[in-house]
Amino acid sequence: MGTADLAVKEADSSSFWQEKVVNDLSIQVATVNGSGSQSANTVLLRSIFRMGIPVSGKNLFPSNIAGLPTWYTIRASKHGYIARRKEIDFLVAMNPETAQEDVMSLGAGASVVFDDKLNLQQLRDDLIFYPVPFDKLVAPVCPNAKLRKLVRNMIYDGVLAKLLGIPMEEVHEALKKQFRKKPNAVDLNLAAVQVGYEYTEKNLPKRGRFFLERMDATRGKIIIDGNSAAALGAMFGGVTVCTWYPITPSSSLAETLSNYMRRYRMDPESGKATFAIVQAEDELAAIGMVMGAGWAGARAMTATSGPGISLMSEFVGLGYYAEIPAVIFDVQRTGPSTGLPTRTQQGDILKNAFLSHGDTKHPLLIPSSVEECFTMAVEAFDLAEELQTPVFVMSDLDLGMNNWMSDPFPYPSKPINRGKVLSAEDLARLGGFERYRDVDGDGVGYRTLPGTNHPKAAYFTRGSGHNEQAVYSERPEDYVNNMDRLNRKFNAARDRVPAPVVQDNEGAEIGVIAYGTTHWAIVEALDQMKQEYELPVSYCRVRGFPFAGQVFDFIRRHRRIYVVEQNRDGQMFELLRMETDAEDIPRLRSIRHYAGVPIDARSVTDEIVSQEGKK
Amino acid sequence: MSTTAVPPSPPRKVNRIGLEPSDYKGKKSTLCAGCGHNAISERIIEACYTLGIEPYRVAKLSGIGCSAKSPAYFLGSSHGFNAVHGRMPSIATGTMLANRNLVSIGVSGDGDTASIGVGQFVHLMRRNLPMVYIIEDNRVYGLTKGQFSATADVGSKLKNGVINDLPPIDTCALAIMLGATYVGRSFSGDKKQLLALLEGALGHNGTVMLDVISPCVTFNDHTGSTKSYSYVRDHDAPLEEVSFVPFFEDITVDYDPGTTTEITLHDGSRLLLKKLNSDYDPTNKTEALRALTEAHDKGEIVTGLFYVDTKKPNFMEMLNFVDAPLAGLPESSVRPPKKVLDEVMDGLK
Repeated sequence: MGTADLAVKEADSSSFWQEKVVNDLSIQVATVNGSGSQSANTVLLRSIFRMGIPVSGKNLFPSNIAGLPTWYTIRASKHGYIARRKEIDFLVAMNPETAQEDVMSLGAGASVVFDDKLNLQQLRDDLIFYPVPFDKLVAPVCPNAKLRKLVRNMIYDGVLAKLLGIPMEEVHEALKKQFRKKPNAVDLNLAAVQVGYEYTEKNLPKRGRFFLERMDATRGKIIIDGNSAAALGAMFGGVTVCTWYPITPSSSLAETLSNYMRRYRMDPESGKATFAIVQAEDELAAIGMVMGAGWAGARAMTATSGPGISLMSEFVGLGYYAEIPAVIFDVQRTGPSTGLPTRTQQGDILKNAFLSHGDTKHPLLIPSSVEECFTMAVEAFDLAEELQTPVFVMSDLDLGMNNWMSDPFPYPSKPINRGKVLSAEDLARLGGFERYRDVDGDGVGYRTLPGTNHPKAAYFTRGSGHNEQAVYSERPEDYVNNMDRLNRKFNAARDRVPAPVVQDNEGAEIGVIAYGTTHWAIVEALDQMKQEYELPVSYCRVRGFPFAGQVFDFIRRHRRIYVVEQNRDGQMFELLRMETDAEDIPRLRSIRHYAGVPIDARSVTDEIVSQEGKK
Repeated sequence: MSTTAVPPSPPRKVNRIGLEPSDYKGKKSTLCAGCGHNAISERIIEACYTLGIEPYRVAKLSGIGCSAKSPAYFLGSSHGFNAVHGRMPSIATGTMLANRNLVSIGVSGDGDTASIGVGQFVHLMRRNLPMVYIIEDNRVYGLTKGQFSATADVGSKLKNGVINDLPPIDTCALAIMLGATYVGRSFSGDKKQLLALLEGALGHNGTVMLDVISPCVTFNDHTGSTKSYSYVRDHDAPLEEVSFVPFFEDITVDYDPGTTTEITLHDGSRLLLKKLNSDYDPTNKTEALRALTEAHDKGEIVTGLFYVDTKKPNFMEMLNFVDAPLAGLPESSVRPPKKVLDEVMDGLK
């Protein structure tokens, strides 16, 4: 199949030549993986951003280095909507393999920019076609045949710039940014953009209703992907040890961290690193190193995705019982490595909440935005050390690997909190300590680090079979005592994980619960339901597990709650059912999206409206 | 003349940092009496005492199995971490990354190293992480009651008659090839040799890999080319009843470099130990591998220090991070100032 699920046909011929639409459109570029289209797409995205128009870009790519089809969608929205939109207004068809299907899946009135050799114009009579002789245009611009394949894509940036009204100076600025390390490439690529622009000017009169015009909604904003944002958060969160193993879509998190740290975390006096980043032999070792480092007092993290989490499961269980701080970034994707490893999903919620053997449960921090990738990364390190337990930051491929517009990130407002660690001086004052005694009533004991110079500092770390003094024990009362304390600790996390964001809308009898990247579809769907169906809906965005009390209050305040998420089995829905009071459970309903593409607002609206009997 | 003889009180025996041997003791062992692992624990205690190592600087690390329990039985005032099966190397790596001033002593077993943990073992050796890695090698899974490990001899036989068809992994040859920089083998009962190897190990700057043959009194029931049946025949009944653990004396040996000695294990099986010549050159990797291969061909277990390299940089040196423990760096070192965030943000506009 091609892009049938990316652009559902919604033929509405009455709107074919209707009024001008400004700053509200979606572009899809269909290319071949490895053809260098990424630069052309980023330049296009950035040019629109520079015009002050809210914009978002999503890469739908295969698990492949070169040769398989890939799609990039750009959405410009004056309303600031940045979720994926199902309807495509502009198709750039560069891939002969998928061109036909891509064209057939468009709604009437859409425009198609295409390589003229593909003869797509004969397929439909309800679309606007713009044939472009790419090969003929690129040859004089790029005498080097090897580079031609890469530069060729820049031509469609020029064509779109002319057709949509993107000023060339913004494209030029975007190019300079894209190739800031390779100034020679700027001129070459600019020439390609220009040739596309000029060809369009002369040969392709503008038809259709979509236009871009300058506005002022992106001033001061940044563009960044979630993995880079999380890496920055880790750096400002004071990470000292990162051990990881490559896996899509999380690899760029550790790699970007390494780049930032080598630039900003070198000791000025010695010129040496204030950190260690190690690519481990596998995920078993990556998490093991995190456990060793966390035990010995480093701020330690790893980044991985679903299959990596599976391999880390045993160690995370030990970490829960041995009470070792660890930060695990899970950039979620669809299941096995031979599946859709390059497609997004919220697929690890239930697994991570209870990861491992025996009675285990773990705090989850769930970012929706790149800014939250940053702030939650900072918070995760404090939380892991405060609670002395593994903590997950639940990103996903859509958030982690795509570019998002954002306000600049806020500098951390609180000093670093290392949790309850006793020094040699503390021990001298106290005369000793008991590792697993609940001194403060929050379930969190005091710990010492190896290397603490006091004869009473040492304790022996193992799993669950120990008493308060960390001495091996299989006595039933010791085991129960320990398990109950761990439960108190987990409950203490309810108010320490990021609080939910609750929005009660006037007159709303029903509500939506969502989390992570689903948020962006919900924001838009709430407006659609209000404007198109006069259906007011409240919204609770869950940002952490264990759930804070506000989540249950929200459920109680509404007649029906739609839990919307991107997985087949309604993982958050099930988790809420487990935790919600029995009498409130019937209020919960589940809406699931699991097609391997990011969720869109229209699907959510249609489903809720239908279940509410409004359609 | 009448004098009252007051015997002088014996001088308190202390090491160079003023600690007594008892300061290096751990909890009472819960391993079987006569288990070779206990003898190894005693040698670790002795070596640390003799060298005057501060117990607070030591991190004792282990995986899972009988061997993994033993860190509780030495150096009671050192931090210890009993981790998961076969994953002690990653715990050791993380621990050393967090605090490079620690002395890591990892205790593993033959199953923990050569089977479930072989992946992490291989990469630990490659990295030359500064630590002492000891395999308490009894060639059997003790804690799960007697299954073959990957160091068991070909032809060894389980009680149910199953014969081991697969050749043993030589962990020393593997360690040498992979890049460990202090590699040796000994026998748990060879006090003099094991102590000397451990003392050298604790002063080494790189990965130390010591394979210590350690007889299992309860499950080492193998029969093979190097072993006989005599003892097992007389003590058959108790060995079948695994909840009964007979009491055995420690096996000790003392033999000279260049000679061989035959030892009889508790089950009557025999091992032929050959000590390297005193003129053996342990800096030659090829020679080390040749000595190991030759011993295999002769059915001997060669013991001694096979290979040392004192020049290869260790893992921490390669990573080029600060001398102070990363675990203790202050906020001013680990959180860049606001102007750095502003600079990064400006670059993303």
